[in-house]
Amino acid sequence: MKPRRDEPPACGASRTPSGIPLETFYPTSVPPEPPGEYPYTRGIHRDMYRGRLWTFRQYAGFGSVRATNERFRYLLEQGQTGLSVAFDLPTQIGHDSDDAIALGEVGKVGVPVSSVEDVEALFDGIPLESVSVSMTINSTAAMLLAFLVAAAKRRGVAPSRLRGTVQNDMLKEFISRHTHRFPVKASMKLVTDVFEYTWRELPHWNPISVSGYHMREAGSTAVQEVAFTLSNAIEYSLAAQARGIPAGHIARRISFFWNVHNHLLEEVAKLRAARRMWARIVRDRFGLTDPECARMRFHAQTAGSTLTSGEPENNAVRVTIQALAAVLGGAQSLHTNGIDEALGLPSETAARVALRTQQIIAYESGAADVADPLGGSSVIEALTDEIERRAEDLLHAIDGMGGALAAIEQGYQEAAIEEEAYRHQREVEAGERVVVGVNFFRSEAPPAPLEVLRIDPDLERERIREVRARKLARPPRQVEELQAKLEAEARAGRNTVESLVSAAEGGLTIGEMAATLSRVFGEHVE
Amino acid sequence: MTPPRKRPIRVLLAKPGLDGHDRGIKVIVRALRDAGMEVIYTGLRVSPESVAKAALEEDVDAVGVSNLSGAYGTLFPEVARRLEEAGVPLKEVVLFGGGTIPAADEPALRQAGYRAVFGPGTSTSEIVEFLEREVPRE
Repeated sequence: MKPRRDEPPACGASRTPSGIPLETFYPTSVPPEPPGEYPYTRGIHRDMYRGRLWTFRQYAGFGSVRATNERFRYLLEQGQTGLSVAFDLPTQIGHDSDDAIALGEVGKVGVPVSSVEDVEALFDGIPLESVSVSMTINSTAAMLLAFLVAAAKRRGVAPSRLRGTVQNDMLKEFISRHTHRFPVKASMKLVTDVFEYTWRELPHWNPISVSGYHMREAGSTAVQEVAFTLSNAIEYSLAAQARGIPAGHIARRISFFWNVHNHLLEEVAKLRAARRMWARIVRDRFGLTDPECARMRFHAQTAGSTLTSGEPENNAVRVTIQALAAVLGGAQSLHTNGIDEALGLPSETAARVALRTQQIIAYESGAADVADPLGGSSVIEALTDEIERRAEDLLHAIDGMGGALAAIEQGYQEAAIEEEAYRHQREVEAGERVVVGVNFFRSEAPPAPLEVLRIDPDLERERIREVRARKLARPPRQVEELQAKLEAEARAGRNTVESLVSAAEGGLTIGEMAATLSRVFGEHVE
Repeated sequence: MTPPRKRPIRVLLAKPGLDGHDRGIKVIVRALRDAGMEVIYTGLRVSPESVAKAALEEDVDAVGVSNLSGAYGTLFPEVARRLEEAGVPLKEVVLFGGGTIPAADEPALRQAGYRAVFGPGTSTSEIVEFLEREVPRE
């Protein structure tokens, strides 16, 4: 984009990025109920971060299981307190690295994982019973969970002690993230299988992280992010109940994942509004009065889509503002992006600075010392109310379409998000929206480009050889039998996670598992 | 003022590989249409071979591919090769790409036949101008 020669728009916008009008000042207002009390506008705990800091959880994964294990250990040594695994696209969609369709994608946006052995190597030297592991995995969540359970057993760790999360949010995959594999209804069945399995076997596991993050990255407004995510959460809760899982159980174990953008005021208000709305949904729609059920626990991540490739150093400031919004909004877990992420995965230096940003906010800024420090701020309270009002309207519109799933099948959310993405782009190009260092305030002489993380192309070749050799080392008969058993059980409607755990222990790979389930369920066609 | 074209520029836009990031390409679809071009968008996860096939069948003036998963180094040259193979000469059909692609990787893609590589922060008007310039008027 060429820098504009005209003057930037007057400082002080009269609307938030979601289009909510902003006054020049607000009369004083009274904060709602104290933190830790229903409907939890001000936070889910009375003492918030004094009781327990949020988890520093940096999303990481690239190249190979070895390289990723090293990065995990490095981050833990540097004071990270939880792990978050990024898988490569073939793994996310259910292809082994040696599948032709995977060529060029192996190890690029995450780590390739195909088997129990891979999971063992990935967490080598990392105590699975004490470090919680979050896995960004959706279509193949049941398979990765099966590998993890099998790996824990091999290590002598009782699966019931595992702590962590699988994202397992297929609805937002169909709307925006697009790592789908199976058709919509089959995907919902797999999601619910994970709910059921973890309900029985993994009491400390979060079986879903209902994610607004990716819809926001795709261009949604803050209001749409809240409404679409909560309507998805309602759909999952209903699916769990239909399976016979107690509503109270799923409400206690459901977790959320929000984006945090640059507009500090709107973002803090968004997180407070979402928390209050969820508490009310749990009480009013599901009739649950246990306070534990109504507390919305969430992870947050700074907004990748706001990062710029030009003058990337400026991104450190954006990430700081966004991370601060997450903390002021009461996040339980946070990922901060690297400054180089408009061009690739973070280098070790960028990853370190990102983690340090959280530590500075936690230990130096004072933002974590008091629960809901912005509570009672007149603008924050007004925006919280307004976001809630607007998101409620959208939620009712989705109810009118027959719920989130029906709206997705009509293409509603995806089209609405696309509209906003295009509007945003036009506003930036028209100079109505300022992106510092891009359309305004840009250096004449571009600064030297950053050193970006490069994935050695040899890693893909090595990985393909390794996966092939491992697959060939198994008796072909055994593979056929395992696949036949998995297929028969899936056709019979058995919980797929149970079947997949024994398939994983028997040596079946993710590609073989997914191909088998595709024969049963079919594949999603756009 | 340059005279109007006899027929609008026809562009095929495609997402080869497994990448699901489609915010950018969908914005470009709309911007090119708003600029009066005819745009065919393949959708996600098309093979390089299918991109070439679609380019031939749709008789397009330009082909644009997008990738934000780091797989462009493999996929983009493969698309170029398949186009030539399918009888879509890169001398005549304008091939361009975009996504999260560091500047250092651009020369190799140009070598492979890409006339332009658009990184993050590109304005849609730059792409419109590029196509107006590169696609012959006759």
